[in-house]
Amino acid sequence: MTTASTSVDAPLDPIAIRADFPIFQRDFNGRRMAYLDSASTSLKPRRVIEAVTGYDSRYTANVHRGIYTTGEEATAAYEAARVKAARFINARDSHEIVFLRNATEGINLVAYSWGRRNIRAADTIVLTELEHHANLVPWQLLSQEKDADLEFVAIDEQGRLNQESFRVLLRTRPKLVAFTHVSNGLGTINPVREMVAMAHEAGALVLVDGAQAVPHGPVDVQELGCDFYVFSGHKVLGPTGSGVLWARRELLDAMPPFMGGGEMIREVHLRRTTFNDVPWKFEAGTPAISAAIGLGAALDYLSDIGMERLRAHERALTEYALEVLPREVPDIRILGPRSAEERAGIITFNLPDIHPHDVATLLDRDAVAIRAGHHCTQPLHERLGETATARASFNVYSGRDDIDRLAAGLGKVQAIFQRPGATETTREPAAAVTG
Amino acid sequence: MDDLYRDEILEHYRHPHNFGTLPEPDAVHEGSNPLCGDRITLMLGIGETGTIDEVAFTGRGCAISQASASMLTDEIKDKPLSDLARLGREDILDSLGIDISPARLKCALLSLDTLRRALADRVAWQAVTE
Repeated sequence: MTTASTSVDAPLDPIAIRADFPIFQRDFNGRRMAYLDSASTSLKPRRVIEAVTGYDSRYTANVHRGIYTTGEEATAAYEAARVKAARFINARDSHEIVFLRNATEGINLVAYSWGRRNIRAADTIVLTELEHHANLVPWQLLSQEKDADLEFVAIDEQGRLNQESFRVLLRTRPKLVAFTHVSNGLGTINPVREMVAMAHEAGALVLVDGAQAVPHGPVDVQELGCDFYVFSGHKVLGPTGSGVLWARRELLDAMPPFMGGGEMIREVHLRRTTFNDVPWKFEAGTPAISAAIGLGAALDYLSDIGMERLRAHERALTEYALEVLPREVPDIRILGPRSAEERAGIITFNLPDIHPHDVATLLDRDAVAIRAGHHCTQPLHERLGETATARASFNVYSGRDDIDRLAAGLGKVQAIFQRPGATETTREPAAAVTG
Repeated sequence: MDDLYRDEILEHYRHPHNFGTLPEPDAVHEGSNPLCGDRITLMLGIGETGTIDEVAFTGRGCAISQASASMLTDEIKDKPLSDLARLGREDILDSLGIDISPARLKCALLSLDTLRRALADRVAWQAVTE
């Protein structure tokens, strides 16, 4: 029993939960790390680490092959993880869960397998200006190959999708609509169910990128109504190298294989092959067995905590950050939706005249870890007119103390850049240095 | 109080030397680190004797990248091209005078990389026109 699962209704206690994460015992110049980069990857609880080492130390064997004790144990644990993943997002059938390395691989699989077969010249794929490169580049590659068109739903100044723009684009009768459930750049929570219904009415299939949604609240793919849903295990407290593609069974059955090799076959002859059933048809070669088993343990851990509780915790933290940061750091410019209701546990910001890389480097001196850069959303940053931004993001172990340390750290950053004697910045280019 | 952000670096960042453009540069290059969004456009005016007579840059980015560009432009002014070929990463790190972590090395070296490319572009251009 972990400390995390003590009470079902009580608000989540991140300080108690930290006891489950060995990394918090590491000393960073006398301090615990304030880890505020969970949107990039999450920390791992002991239960996940033990699940991985358990496989590596007690029952190492390939899956679906070995006719001996450990081979059967490995297969059972790997397939049990699939059932856990199916339950976690309320898939109707665990055969709809394909294990992959990450969400990126899931989107690529759909683009190569479903896309190559179904997208033709002059077809339209609708994306949005919010997308992570992972939900943009695979569609660019596909549309270049097929001579298809890409269209983009516009965002408003707070980074919310403009539903009128979406309605107009649906008149092009797209074959596919692909968008993110939660923006990794701004934290925006998109109205997935409504958008899926609109897209289906226009005759399109819908892929939802759940990489930033599954870690932060309950997700029910049947309720959302979408056709494809992907997420990364390493953002949900699981190991790197674990990821999930969910798709409706009939879609997976009809899709051609993505990669060829062992595991995905039924019968192989020199000139022809019959393929395995789904999901194994899409899992060529030896999969990342320990990563999948570790993901199963992570989903168990989160289910014990309760995803509704986690969402409530992150909403309260987001509210706290939206209140404390502008008060303690008056110059801060926070991007994205203004209400905690409309955003997941992600706060993106900038300080005037200080590049986010300098902010991140200085915060690191105080063991405060944030992300700085474009967070794999270059087009979004172009749209917002920002070269780069700083981003603080939360998970189950994040607390108000982390946000207090961030606020104090940002104060120090500003003090360093505005030391006494410093004059106003003169970075406007002169017309010409010399004639 | 903080080596990486010592006064001289912040001073170069806030008040960069040679910040601006040249109307008729003999060599120009725009360098960038796409991952962090650092950007520098370097312009050189080269005299008949093969020295850097004029130098200017514009850019946006972190303090390290912009201070490094400001210092480098001071360094190369009035120098013969033959000297520039010998400029290495150690020279840049020496003038910055700070320990740079591997993650920030690209920021520090963007100016040198941009200078090398500006000169290479010019050589290539001369080869085509001659």
